[in-house]
Amino acid sequence: MTREAYHKSLKDLQNEVLHLSEMAGAALKDSMGALKNRDLPLSKRIVEDDVKVNKKRFEIEEKCVMLIATQQPMAGDLRILASIINIVSDLERIGDHAEGIAKISLSIGTEPLVKPLIDLPAMAEKALSMLERCMQAFTHKDAGAAKKICNEDDEVDALYDRIYGELIMLMVENPRIIKDATYLIWAAHNIERIADRVTNIAERVVYTVTGKMEEMNVSKY
Amino acid sequence: MSEKIVIKNLSFFYGKKQALKNVVFAVKAKEITALIGPSGCGKTTFLRCLNRMHDLYPGNRYEGEILLDGKNILDKGLDLIGLRSKVGMVFQKPTPFPMTVFENIAFGLKLNGITNRGEMIGRVEKALKDSALWDETKDRLFEPALSLSGGQQQRLCIARAVAVEPEVILMDEPCSALDPVATAKIEDLMMELKKNYTVIIVTHNMQQAARVSGTAGFFMLGEVIEFDSTHKIFTAPANKLTEDYVTGRFG
Repeated sequence: MTREAYHKSLKDLQNEVLHLSEMAGAALKDSMGALKNRDLPLSKRIVEDDVKVNKKRFEIEEKCVMLIATQQPMAGDLRILASIINIVSDLERIGDHAEGIAKISLSIGTEPLVKPLIDLPAMAEKALSMLERCMQAFTHKDAGAAKKICNEDDEVDALYDRIYGELIMLMVENPRIIKDATYLIWAAHNIERIADRVTNIAERVVYTVTGKMEEMNVSKY
Repeated sequence: MSEKIVIKNLSFFYGKKQALKNVVFAVKAKEITALIGPSGCGKTTFLRCLNRMHDLYPGNRYEGEILLDGKNILDKGLDLIGLRSKVGMVFQKPTPFPMTVFENIAFGLKLNGITNRGEMIGRVEKALKDSALWDETKDRLFEPALSLSGGQQQRLCIARAVAVEPEVILMDEPCSALDPVATAKIEDLMMELKKNYTVIIVTHNMQQAARVSGTAGFFMLGEVIEFDSTHKIFTAPANKLTEDYVTGRFG
């Protein structure tokens, strides 16, 4: 084995990407918990902590650029670095969507929710599960698993359709809830976008393994 | 793109020691083909087969065929001077003759039977222009070639090779003794040369191979492990050994 320091740096970088995905995943989980439990201090903290996610993304990106400049990576190493630069951007955006849900919580404030949250947490759990399994596929370089995850985006889209339809119905029945119901649609839209981001990451995992760049699933939205 | 050189089951022996084993691939015309691989893998040995340089030393033996435009250059009765004027070579270190810039180029032309002074001057000027050296040497044509910088000397050697209008130019680590600026000039020159010549380059510089070549071959222990488009070799090689070599996992 030669170039040990370089290959250790590559390995460390992949671990940092996993850490960033955990940060983004935790932000999503907490933002949903805060919305459901009307936990405003937690929502506030999620908004404040988003800068940490952004900072981590830039740190990783900078390390990628340094490795490209100093080590001239090739083949699989080059693909993984090119993928990481894209993956951290998607992870950072997932953090932004979680922050968006936290901001929605703060906007709703102490008002009671217009309906009990059932499909919205299910949608968030699905997106979170996709993210976690996608990062496992990234770790194990499993293109097959990544491809399957892309197909699951349709399930998230279907949940979004359902939530959207239900909330529109409620608004038609009771126009006084339009404002708060719209907030929930925005929250659902944030989760729908998170699943799209996971699909992007899965596409990068496939590229890392196979060298082929392909669009796996075009989102409805 | 047509095939300029077709290698069929080429093996080469330094006495009893086998240095190349059943090499098979085809070199496209007017393209740059890069040969990479660890030291001692057979790249230079292979390159020297292409203009029968090994014939200068006794005991060496070829097996198989190297077809240049369909003609086997390993045939016993082949005119080696004719072959070497068709297949020029540029070495690792600049090797200008201890003569003037002009005479360095004229030397090869004289060997090829050109004696007319007017034609000679025209061919020297063209060779220097083709090698991107004319502007720097037009006022120094009768100064010693050894007074040129290293990069200029290497371009002079390329000019010497192109002066006899070869069809193929072999380059054995042509930039390994040059600084980055001189290296960049040679690489630019290679891109120009490929418009008219078939270029085969041996290099240890992966980035150089990736930058200049269209096709690349990875050699190891005298065998060609993978031969494919440069894009494929450096971004998604098919063979694990190639992947390990280009990513520096062994060397």
